[in-house]
Amino acid sequence: MSLSTAEPEALNTPPEAAREPDRAPPAFQSWGRYPKYGAKVVPLNWQGDFPAVLAGSQDSALPVGLGRSYGDVCLLKDGTLLQTTGMNRLIDFDPQTGILTAESGISLAQILDFAVPRGFFLPVTPGTKYVTLGGAIANDIHGKNHEVAGSFGNHVPCFELVRSDGSRRLCSRTENPDWYAATIGGMGLTGLITWAQLRLRPIVSRGIDYEGIQFHGIDEFLDLKQKYQHVEYTVSWVDCVSTGKNFARGIFMAGDHSKVPGELKPSPEPKLVFPFDAPAFTLNRLSVSAFNTVFFHKQGNAHVKAVHDYEPFFYPLDAVLRWNRLYGKRGLVQFQYAIPWEHAKEGTIAILREIAKSGLASFLAVLKAFGDIPSLGMMSFPQAGIMFALDFPIKPGITFPLLQRLGDMTLDYGGRLYPAKDAAMTAAQFQTFYPEWQRFARFRDPMLTSSFWERVTDSTGAKPTL
Amino acid sequence: MSTPAILPSGTSPGSDSTAKITKKILVLGATSGIAEATCRIWAAQGAQMFLIARNPEKLAAVAADLKTRGAAYVGTAVADLDDTDKHAELLSHAINSLTGMDVAYLAYGILGDEPRAEQDFEHAAQILHSNFVAPVSLLTWLANFCVQRHAGLLAVISSVAGDRGRKSNYLYGSSKAGLTAYLAGLRNRIDREGVTVLTIKPGPVKTAMTASMKGSEKFADVNKVAATIVKAIDAKKDNLYVPFQWQPIMFIIRNIPDRIFKKLNL
Repeated sequence: MSLSTAEPEALNTPPEAAREPDRAPPAFQSWGRYPKYGAKVVPLNWQGDFPAVLAGSQDSALPVGLGRSYGDVCLLKDGTLLQTTGMNRLIDFDPQTGILTAESGISLAQILDFAVPRGFFLPVTPGTKYVTLGGAIANDIHGKNHEVAGSFGNHVPCFELVRSDGSRRLCSRTENPDWYAATIGGMGLTGLITWAQLRLRPIVSRGIDYEGIQFHGIDEFLDLKQKYQHVEYTVSWVDCVSTGKNFARGIFMAGDHSKVPGELKPSPEPKLVFPFDAPAFTLNRLSVSAFNTVFFHKQGNAHVKAVHDYEPFFYPLDAVLRWNRLYGKRGLVQFQYAIPWEHAKEGTIAILREIAKSGLASFLAVLKAFGDIPSLGMMSFPQAGIMFALDFPIKPGITFPLLQRLGDMTLDYGGRLYPAKDAAMTAAQFQTFYPEWQRFARFRDPMLTSSFWERVTDSTGAKPTL
Repeated sequence: MSTPAILPSGTSPGSDSTAKITKKILVLGATSGIAEATCRIWAAQGAQMFLIARNPEKLAAVAADLKTRGAAYVGTAVADLDDTDKHAELLSHAINSLTGMDVAYLAYGILGDEPRAEQDFEHAAQILHSNFVAPVSLLTWLANFCVQRHAGLLAVISSVAGDRGRKSNYLYGSSKAGLTAYLAGLRNRIDREGVTVLTIKPGPVKTAMTASMKGSEKFADVNKVAATIVKAIDAKKDNLYVPFQWQPIMFIIRNIPDRIFKKLNL
């Protein structure tokens, strides 16, 4: 096995230093393109490649997929990234049960290409199909149907976990249940998932019966959530810039798989690629505010019904490859919380006020309710209540202090932040959000770690690079 | 060199109840990146395939994938194709298992270590054996099998590197140059017998074989290369540069005079 040597130079420059001329980017970046760390990237093409590829290496390592998590959960400064995307074979499919067995580096896009023409769909899908099966388990991702389906791990009957000592474990609810629970949402730290089973769900059409409804404020959002609880997929876009009578206005989007049989052809390849790094001034209060007004009124009526293809419904941003360049070369950070129902409403209103006041919000903001199906992972993010996610461009001296305040507010309201989207939470915040973290740490593979894990378990309590 | 073992597996091709007539394809070097990507396309078309490769775990993983994707039949044999003594037995076993053969797809070869091959003749000879001598042995048997039936297509992966020797990879390049010349002659001999010989010359492709090479992230996408190869086989082409831009590039490289070429760093 040969090593693909990446840019060795660490690029952990704080945003303030990012005005220097562009240097060669590291070979592997997370979706937020912040932080930027040099690392060696070693492809895993076969199930037998791990742990053999680590032989003789003293470096720590981290299995990674397509790098679609936003912060440093898929990064390892000066370490070895084991990229699983070449390990993308199918192993078995049973059309009676819908259970697909596949190697962990297969992407959800590749699963859809196989499943949709056969009348099956993902049981849970995030807002992009360019994530791997292993990554979806390791971050126990969620989708628009959390209230009826729970998170991704709930649909993974079993998988194989290989440790750096070469030991192999079949993990399910009944076999090695503690390893199963540690690995779902385990951020790739418990070992390499070589293959996994996924329970697909039947569909008869690519179509989604869609409804879009404008709302004004969190009360109207909660009313709509109640009214549409029989619909499988619900999600809302929310305007995080406007204040006054337009505060927390948004569009509630609901959809079900169409029951009218339709052609089940595979999706075409996306053709658009965002061509360059946008300049730093692209996203400002004026441009975002203008976008939000247009987006809010784009549907013409306060309430529309239509049948949409699943691609624009689930993956609107996948149509433009590399859209993260919109945020310029400094990158973006995401802020995503889940606050339990007890404080969900007051917490959401307070946090949205703080964000509107900052004037820093982008237009990519998502509001949704999490249901009460428990996640199976010890470190899973979803919990019943309100989930909110927002992208911020990185502005030196402004973005990170704001994230600090928002993180503390989330903590005060009993919520938690999502490691897969994070580049800023402190060790103290993390350890309060995830009280099981010390039990989880016992399942970590001694050879594996991530920049995220090093940051949030730092016993000195050191703050992240701001 | 290890002793080749023949391990037939898979269900009988006759057990498929569908009346659809599908291609019968013999794949040599089936775990190579380009071969695997090509086989996935054929599997989705419901082809019948027999796969030969050296590593049993990798071969089993590829075979399971192709069966799951819809191949009507997947047979396998583990063998070291460097061992030319075993070729006749191996090929007749494979074709018996397939109950015939429409296409033989030869994707067997090694990149080798060029700097080592410049100093170490044994390694140079290994490259020539795997990329030229062993393929000639396989193709001798396969060509004669096809000529007897006046049917069949031999699709063979050579390389743009065979178009002109360059200092960066002239051992690999000369082995592929030999293969390309052999295929041109073979085509000239057997095309009139109803047998198509397709010479495939890929430029650099992103696969496990090239992962360690400089600039490999810019190499051609293996799935697009595979789709082009499937089309060229269906069209019974004689030669294929893939991606296509390598045809004009190699035209220029072939025609640079040596007094200039010898000073270039290519």
